[in-house]
Amino acid sequence: MLPFILKRLGLALLVAFTVSFISFSLLFLSGDPASALAGETASGEDVEAIRVLYGFDRPMLVQYGEWLFQAVQGNFGESYYFKLPVSTLIADRLTVTMTLGLCGITFALLTAVPLGVAAAVRPNSIVDRVALFISVAGQAMPSFWFALILIVVFAIQLGWLPPSGASTWRHFVMPTIVLGYYAMPAIMRLTRAGMLEVLNSDYIRTARAKGAGEGRVMFKHALRNAIIPVVSLAAVQMGFMLGGSIVVESVFALHGAGYLAWESIARNDLPTVQALILIFSMFYIIFTFLADVLNAWLDPRMRSS
Amino acid sequence: MTQETEKPLLSVRGLALDIPLASGMLHAVRGIDFDLHRGETLCIVGESGSGKSLTSLAIMGLLDKNIRRSAERMDFNGIELTKASNRQMRTLRGDRIAMIFQEPMTSLNPAYTIGDQLIEALRLHRKVSHQVARARAIELLEKVGITAAESRLSQYPHQLSGGLRQRVVIAMALMCEPELIIADEPTTALDVTIQAQILSLLVELTREMNVAMILITHDLGVVARVADKVGVMYAGELVETGPASDVFGQPMHPYTRGLLRCIPQPGKTERGKPLGTIPGIVPSLVGEVSGCAFRTRCLHATDTCREAIPERGEAPHEFLCIYPDGALNAEGELA
Repeated sequence: MLPFILKRLGLALLVAFTVSFISFSLLFLSGDPASALAGETASGEDVEAIRVLYGFDRPMLVQYGEWLFQAVQGNFGESYYFKLPVSTLIADRLTVTMTLGLCGITFALLTAVPLGVAAAVRPNSIVDRVALFISVAGQAMPSFWFALILIVVFAIQLGWLPPSGASTWRHFVMPTIVLGYYAMPAIMRLTRAGMLEVLNSDYIRTARAKGAGEGRVMFKHALRNAIIPVVSLAAVQMGFMLGGSIVVESVFALHGAGYLAWESIARNDLPTVQALILIFSMFYIIFTFLADVLNAWLDPRMRSS
Repeated sequence: MTQETEKPLLSVRGLALDIPLASGMLHAVRGIDFDLHRGETLCIVGESGSGKSLTSLAIMGLLDKNIRRSAERMDFNGIELTKASNRQMRTLRGDRIAMIFQEPMTSLNPAYTIGDQLIEALRLHRKVSHQVARARAIELLEKVGITAAESRLSQYPHQLSGGLRQRVVIAMALMCEPELIIADEPTTALDVTIQAQILSLLVELTREMNVAMILITHDLGVVARVADKVGVMYAGELVETGPASDVFGQPMHPYTRGLLRCIPQPGKTERGKPLGTIPGIVPSLVGEVSGCAFRTRCLHATDTCREAIPERGEAPHEFLCIYPDGALNAEGELA
């Protein structure tokens, strides 16, 4: 197991390094950062002054090296717009996003996996049909619309939950449901498909022939094998939630990192965008790594490959 | 014989299995009777699809939910299996009746070690400590001829070869010292060289531990070597049953004779002469099935074969045919 983890860790670091380079250079591909920063009305001299001031006149590799050196120490420079260190700016926003993402994926897994198992145990039963309906509805409904419906019902009409903000746990209830429900259908369908396949396998029959009860057959023998593809999917969705929950963050005015990324792109706030892209990518890399390790723990055959 | 007076361990009468299909009811198994005594080996032979595996799953209570089982009697040591609850069946399975499946490559759970799976087999039925179960697992792995048994416990199924895995499956079946083992083509999926080893191991262990065995196979060579009793199955029926020596020495049913002609026999089969074949195909068992199912392929079939087929012969050697002697002396069969 340890050699596998080390190997994966090495791979993850390589990917992280590549991603950092791409995220740094992407911004130079979108045009001259100095003239973008100076504004449309600036004179040529002003642009040159800014170029020197921000160090854009140096070779790109040198700039990258310095940026990376600072970044690994948690220093992402100063936001052009807020005139604050990017790290402080992001730290606040990231707390909100991470809380939301963790709640969202937990909600999705806690609803999708049991529902998927229940649907697979009795295919074509009423439980299966209800689960199918829920997942199709989840896939068909746009998040922003579902969010608005929840706000209308639970915040405005019933007054149970606050419609926007991020100050208490109650602010997170509706965003969690919206975000979780977005991720749920795919997890549920994959759990169901995996369970159906595994329940037909010979080793499940062996488990029954040994005299194992249904609960043991389902959860010890079947689910462990069926959940493997779900782990990989959940990791990707988790990364997505931490980086891309812009719609949900906007509707509920939860000013998280996704929302900040969107604002910063609009404002040409280079250091912030670079930092956010790097952090979002790191989330993906970390979750993929964790998913690989978890899968290797679940399925010993993966450890040797 | 003392065995005949002793109460059988397993006594099955009129076992029938029906599978509802879109095209009608498939009568997969139609009225099977047999008795099995302690320590005996019954070989059930027949073509693929003749209902051998379904019969074994029916005894285990492991049939798919859509298959309908009916039987006059399925008595296992005083327990009526047709009336047993799910819970009762579960306490029997793996403890008093164990099963060995055909595919060793897939019949072990890939996510757990050999040790976990062996220990589980014992601890599902016996209140013993992990250490005791572990010791038992090592003992049985050694018994099935696995070297370095202790270190194997921490290995996963994918790290073992097919032959080793089947040995593990056999060890697992023996964990609780069952009274009956049902082995469904336990050697079919293995290399020919390994087949003989696994088979002798199985027979040796069942004899040593006085375990009754139902061995399902389509390999007549295997049957000749290990069977005490033989049941020949064709299209969902046991067309001939009897002590192995009788069935092989004087096969009565035309189908049994046809099967035996398909295998070369030293001294009997002429050199250069083609082996026998049974022309035709197995009939469809969907919808109403009457008369002798073998009549479409039988050389001696007449119109009477469409009617009810009487049971001929005297216990223990019985067969189903309209001819009192199974058309044994009729002309036309290849010698």
